[in-house]
Amino acid sequence: MGETFKANVIDHFNFWVAVVLMMIGLYAMITKNNLIKKLIGMSIFQTAIILFYVSAGVKDGATIPILEHHAAETEQVEAGEHVEGHPVANHEAHAINPDDYSNPLPHVLMLTAIVVGVATLGVALAVTQVIYKNYGTLEEDEILAKIKAAENDG
Amino acid sequence: MAEQYPIIVLLVLLFGALLVGLSGMVDRRVCFPLAVTALSLAVVVSVGILQQVINGGVIRYFVGGWSRPVGIGIELRIDTINALVLLTITTVGLLTAIFSFRRVQEDKTEKTPLFYVLYLLLIMGLSGMVISGDAFNLYVLLEVSSLTSYALIAMGKSRRAATAAFSYIIMGTIGASFYLLGVGYLYLRTGTLNMMEIHQAILALDGSSSTIVVAFVLILVGLMIKMAFFPLFGWLPNAYSYCPSSTSCVVAPLMTKVGVYVMIRMMLTVFGTEWVFENLQYAQWLVGMAIVAILAGSVMALAQVELKKMFCYLIVAEVGYMVGGAWMANHWGMVGAIYHIMSDAFMTLCMFLAAGIFLKQAGVVRIDQLDGMFRKMPVTMAGFVVGALAMIGIPPTCGFFSKLYLIRGGMESGHWGYVVALLISSLVNAVLFFRIFEIAYFGKKPAEGHGHHENHSTVSVIKEANVSSLVPLLASAAIIVLLGIFNSDIVELIERALNGSQVIGMNVLSGKGGQG
Amino acid sequence: MKWVGLIAVLFTGGLLLSAMDDFPNWGDAHSPANASPVSQYFIEKTIEDSGVPNMVTAVLADYRSYDTMFETVVVLIAGIAIMAILRVGNQIPRGARPAPVSAPASVNDDHQDIIIGTTCRLLIPVLQLFAFYVIAHGHHSPGGGFQGGVVLGTSFILAAIAKGLDPALERLPETRYVKIAFVGVVIYSAFGVACLLLGENFLDYGVLSVLLPTIDAAEARSHSMLGVEVGVAFTVSAIMFAIYANLASKGELEGGL
Repeated sequence: MGETFKANVIDHFNFWVAVVLMMIGLYAMITKNNLIKKLIGMSIFQTAIILFYVSAGVKDGATIPILEHHAAETEQVEAGEHVEGHPVANHEAHAINPDDYSNPLPHVLMLTAIVVGVATLGVALAVTQVIYKNYGTLEEDEILAKIKAAENDG
Repeated sequence: MAEQYPIIVLLVLLFGALLVGLSGMVDRRVCFPLAVTALSLAVVVSVGILQQVINGGVIRYFVGGWSRPVGIGIELRIDTINALVLLTITTVGLLTAIFSFRRVQEDKTEKTPLFYVLYLLLIMGLSGMVISGDAFNLYVLLEVSSLTSYALIAMGKSRRAATAAFSYIIMGTIGASFYLLGVGYLYLRTGTLNMMEIHQAILALDGSSSTIVVAFVLILVGLMIKMAFFPLFGWLPNAYSYCPSSTSCVVAPLMTKVGVYVMIRMMLTVFGTEWVFENLQYAQWLVGMAIVAILAGSVMALAQVELKKMFCYLIVAEVGYMVGGAWMANHWGMVGAIYHIMSDAFMTLCMFLAAGIFLKQAGVVRIDQLDGMFRKMPVTMAGFVVGALAMIGIPPTCGFFSKLYLIRGGMESGHWGYVVALLISSLVNAVLFFRIFEIAYFGKKPAEGHGHHENHSTVSVIKEANVSSLVPLLASAAIIVLLGIFNSDIVELIERALNGSQVIGMNVLSGKGGQG
Repeated sequence: MKWVGLIAVLFTGGLLLSAMDDFPNWGDAHSPANASPVSQYFIEKTIEDSGVPNMVTAVLADYRSYDTMFETVVVLIAGIAIMAILRVGNQIPRGARPAPVSAPASVNDDHQDIIIGTTCRLLIPVLQLFAFYVIAHGHHSPGGGFQGGVVLGTSFILAAIAKGLDPALERLPETRYVKIAFVGVVIYSAFGVACLLLGENFLDYGVLSVLLPTIDAAEARSHSMLGVEVGVAFTVSAIMFAIYANLASKGELEGGL
């Protein structure tokens, strides 16, 4: 029991947290009556997905994906203009171990996802403003009632 | 130059949008010619791509030249299927752009340049989705096309356009997020985003990974929301019927069809048919759900009194045709589904163009307002009849042939329920459209006096639509017939992609069909 | 409805968690994603290919720059969409509209608080300078066009919050920020098209070294990345302000909060 708990939960706690957050967001998106609350749920959902991706790129003991020896590298580039072949030797001295840097790809993907999330949220807020102008409320049931009343009239 | 076609088709549309935005602020009369020019160029280039694929096989284009370890850069991958769908998208885009000309004449607001920017970027997003060979790039372009369509729908003049757009945003975001999450699961297990590389990794895993199964379910559910498959279609009817005509004419034919295309692409290229049909026992369920979708869509279409709403429910039924065809695990079912993507795009375009013209010229919203239309607008009705016959499935229109292939697939794989549902749906379409023909030809019975005052006010003004509206309608009607006449050539092209790729073999599909 | 939603959500959560025993452990450096050739390539070869130490920037603006171009387009779409949704019917463009009578008075009365005015005068230049630093230093530290663009946009938004929307819109009127937003995407795609015209694939920056004879392909990549980041910053900063200005004034671009 303890073993399975460790294998399932402790070793994957990052994914558990992300999934629980996602479900909170999704629940709000589906069931909340207020349109702004739905959008808050949408933001939680999208942010949880970002957490999911980024936490998958973590490596134990690794640092951010920015090379440390860039000072050495710039010198080397400058030197490379004068001495051919020298940079290659220098590279081997500074061999990069992939285990030292966390995976850059999820970070890049999530930059895109953040931007998409912001864009969607902005458009959705604009739409809620129009809805408020049309119906004077942001509660879904009141809007539906007004739509129904308008249909019966016309 | 020719090897750069895949990127040029997107760049033409992107620069078209940028030019429209920059010069449209100065003079909004340039928007329409610029948009039509950009879309015409895109059509020309996609014809070039199709020729190239037919002559030279699959195109692989590496953006930024990053081809060495496959997967570090982004790949655009075009076989005959994408080339055909790409041509469909750009053609529908061009025809609807021509149709939107009357919008420029009426609408003197500063919204016109904004509309054309969004419109061109929507077509660009859809085209980019279709030619992309990278699972994450597909998500970005999915969002490009979704965001533009949210905005285009919310621009509708009806009060309900905004509420329809809001529920579309919520559902669309759930769908896109599920897709993104599915790609995340795939990435976690395979370590790559390139579709072909993912496929190789899945083959290497030997079908034992539960992550891949969950990824597939997530992607499938996400796409089903996007394509409005049966239980998840709630957003569609309102979104498509309360938006401006020129928007619904491009969104209705393309958005759901591109969703179906992406699903088929995922089945064929990313997961591979061997994996999809052998490791998932859900294929039978999906065909069952497709049957429900077809029947439910048809029944709800029968119950509608508004023309556009009726077409919207027909879309739901048509999506059921394609999903069912793709999941029958049968060669002809798959061919029929892909062929139906194209034919349904033009059929839906024809329907919505006609509905747009009726609304504009005669103020028709409800079906019973169509009386006497054969006399008043004969040319429009001629185009509409061709589209309607295609929806019913009468030769030589493309609707007949796509149903023929789908039914053949259903009979070979033993999915009799699907065959029956397809026939019932055709029957329902026949009832629906012949009822419209009857109203439009004979007019209403005089006893029905309730629409009288409407008649009185509109009858004198109704006249045939202008050329810019009729050209796209008649062109789409002509394409419907042409697609039907040349169906064997198109099917040959589709089969080439199915056989030529290492992913799908005819034997897998037809062998599976024999057992089922 | 609540129960249906709860069941659907729990079902989805169960589905997501059902694959958990197949997942790599937290921090596993040898998980399929982290040990894949793709990710290894980025870490090992970035310096060789472009000399940019920040791998995220290199992947964002070079290896996957096609994605980033469309990401910029997404930002542009958001701004255009908000304007298109909120703008009502036949509105006169702002330039042709008579100046609102009450605006100058309200600016003087409400917004010329000495503390807020002085703080803004101090903060805005610093913010803008910092934005340029973030954009330009994206090669060596966390940063880049998106982040810098947001900071730059924030400085305009701060001006609009502190002094009112109208004075801010006088500095940065709609015609101008829309133009800036479009120009940003033009800059980005122009880099790609330049590569296309020089005979290479779209966004293959290495070939741009023929334009500047003193630099090699790796430096051309590095400099082009900076170029496209500037384009991104143009679009993002303009659209951030556009979103604020339109949402704060319900699309009327007057008065504001």
